[in-house]
Amino acid sequence: MPNTIAADRPSDTLPPPLRPEPESAPLRATIENFNFYYADGFHAIRNVSMPILDRQVTALIGPSGCGKSTLLRALNRMHDLYPGNRYEGRITLLPEGTNLIGREMDPVMVRLRIGMVFQKPNPFPKSIYENVAAGLRVRGISDRRVIDEAVEIALRRAAIWDETKDRLHKSAYELSGGQQQRLCIARALAPNPEILLLDEPTSALDPIATAKIEELIDEIGKETTVVIVTHNMQQASRISARTAFMYLGELIEFGETSQIFTNPRHPRTEHYITGRYG
Amino acid sequence: MAVMTEGNLSGAAATAAAVGAITRAKRIDIVVAACGVVIMVMAMGLLLTLIGDLAIRGLGRIDYQFLTSFPSRRPENAGILSAWVGSILVMLTTAVLAIPIGVLAGLYLEEYARKNWISNLIEINVANLAGVPSIIYGLLALGLFVYGLNLGKTILVAGMTLGLLILPIVIVSTREAIRSIPLIVKEAAYGLGADKWQVMWHYIIPAARPGILTGAIVGLSRAIGETAPIITIGALTFIAFLPPPPITDSFPFISFAWLHDQFTVLPIQMFNWVSRPQEGFHINAAATGVVLMVLTLALNGMAIYIRYRLRRSVRN
Ligand SMILES: Nc1ncnc2c1ncn2[C@@H]1O[C@H](COP(=O)(O)OP(=O)(O)O)[C@@H](O)[C@H]1O
Ligand SMILES: [Mg+2]
Repeated sequence: MPNTIAADRPSDTLPPPLRPEPESAPLRATIENFNFYYADGFHAIRNVSMPILDRQVTALIGPSGCGKSTLLRALNRMHDLYPGNRYEGRITLLPEGTNLIGREMDPVMVRLRIGMVFQKPNPFPKSIYENVAAGLRVRGISDRRVIDEAVEIALRRAAIWDETKDRLHKSAYELSGGQQQRLCIARALAPNPEILLLDEPTSALDPIATAKIEELIDEIGKETTVVIVTHNMQQASRISARTAFMYLGELIEFGETSQIFTNPRHPRTEHYITGRYG
Repeated sequence: MAVMTEGNLSGAAATAAAVGAITRAKRIDIVVAACGVVIMVMAMGLLLTLIGDLAIRGLGRIDYQFLTSFPSRRPENAGILSAWVGSILVMLTTAVLAIPIGVLAGLYLEEYARKNWISNLIEINVANLAGVPSIIYGLLALGLFVYGLNLGKTILVAGMTLGLLILPIVIVSTREAIRSIPLIVKEAAYGLGADKWQVMWHYIIPAARPGILTGAIVGLSRAIGETAPIITIGALTFIAFLPPPPITDSFPFISFAWLHDQFTVLPIQMFNWVSRPQEGFHINAAATGVVLMVLTLALNGMAIYIRYRLRRSVRN
């Protein structure tokens, strides 16, 4: 498919995207010259390079359709579920340095190490307990005591233990939307992923449920590496250490969250965070 | 000025034409709906009359003696024991053969097969197979199973024949059930690191189970009434014995000898009695018809109940 966006690309008039500065903080992964093409040929991610800090929250922001979900879903090889999608470049998981999008890398192995929470809460039609246990069962764990313990820890970390401890064996569908999303976070946390990916986890929720989830992501981010996509700039500024601003498949600017929001260096970033598009 | 008037005129004319078209469309709607109601009432009336007639003539004949006797030359001594036992054993064999194969085939077509001209061809053929007249299956079975493989005119062959007959129904309903599972649930399972087989076995098949079961039961309720293919493979019409029981008193306690026995089924028994001159046999046939109807309706009732439960859980 020919790319028609190129004609009205901002880079014609605005300065080119800024390369991220080298980080001194410990890294959990690096994305290098990453390109992504959908099966129809659409070039959705263009030459993105950025670091992912160890045990910090990294936020991906940008207008809808700029490729945030596409980039996030590349990190756990979700795109491999649909034939014809193509990766280019390198996503290196540190410290051991494996290339997550390498040809020899099994996508299932990647997903066993990198957990994901989706935009819409999507619990399984099972009990609360079995939802959280699902990831452990997938890994062949069946010892009742091990699972009991992991389920409790995960539910506590997702700040939903108190609401569910008396009805662990009731259907997950009996929970409210916000509770379901926290359950999905617990489900992703239970197997102790090396990175937790969240794709606009609060966009389907009311402000109170959203606040709860932000609070718990803040907590989780102290122990686990988190990458979160959000279209809500307040959310990004509240919970993340680094922010990546994307536009039309490009990474325009990457930096410390406070710098991005108070002192953006690229004019397009400034337009976006001050609410002026285009 | 002239142009404007002309424009207004044509505008008004267009509006009038549109109003006319709408009223006409409404009138057609009413006519179509009325025709539909009349035809439906007629069809339902006919069906109810048939069932009513069957029930009036046959219901009184159904008693303990009728259900526990073998066929006999005297209508008042005859019964349907060998027929209903035969029907149930044949259905069991059909289900055991057709459901696993049909579910795996549907799963393969929906989740594993590449979408290319081969899978398209298979898809079209599966859909067409559902419409093949059942006697053709009977001929195939006679040639292949009875003579080709020398399996005899047995319960096993009947089960295989009817299994083939309902396979397309099971495949199509399996595929529909799988297709209706929301993508986000599938992605959630893959996102946890499940491999394909784990996703299929622990998430896709359980979620599709109500739809698969509905399809299987609809298929079985069609198979239970089938006569033509069973007659074609040469089922007997006069069976005065039961197949050997599946449970025995000596090791290994389970016997599959019944699979290789000759048999009859309810519709054949009915067909046989209808074609006799004595009135007593006609009453027996009607009674057999009632039993068959009850079995079919019970199966369909089960399917409706399962579908209802499925819908409720999806809405959740
Ligand atoms: N399956 C797909 N095939 C082709 N193009 C897609 C597909 N999914 C998304 N896109 C396109 O990729 C671009 C980025 O989409 P996405 O990553 O979902 O954006 P965001 O999450 O930032 O809103 C959009 O232009 C979208 O239309
Ligand atoms: Mg998105």
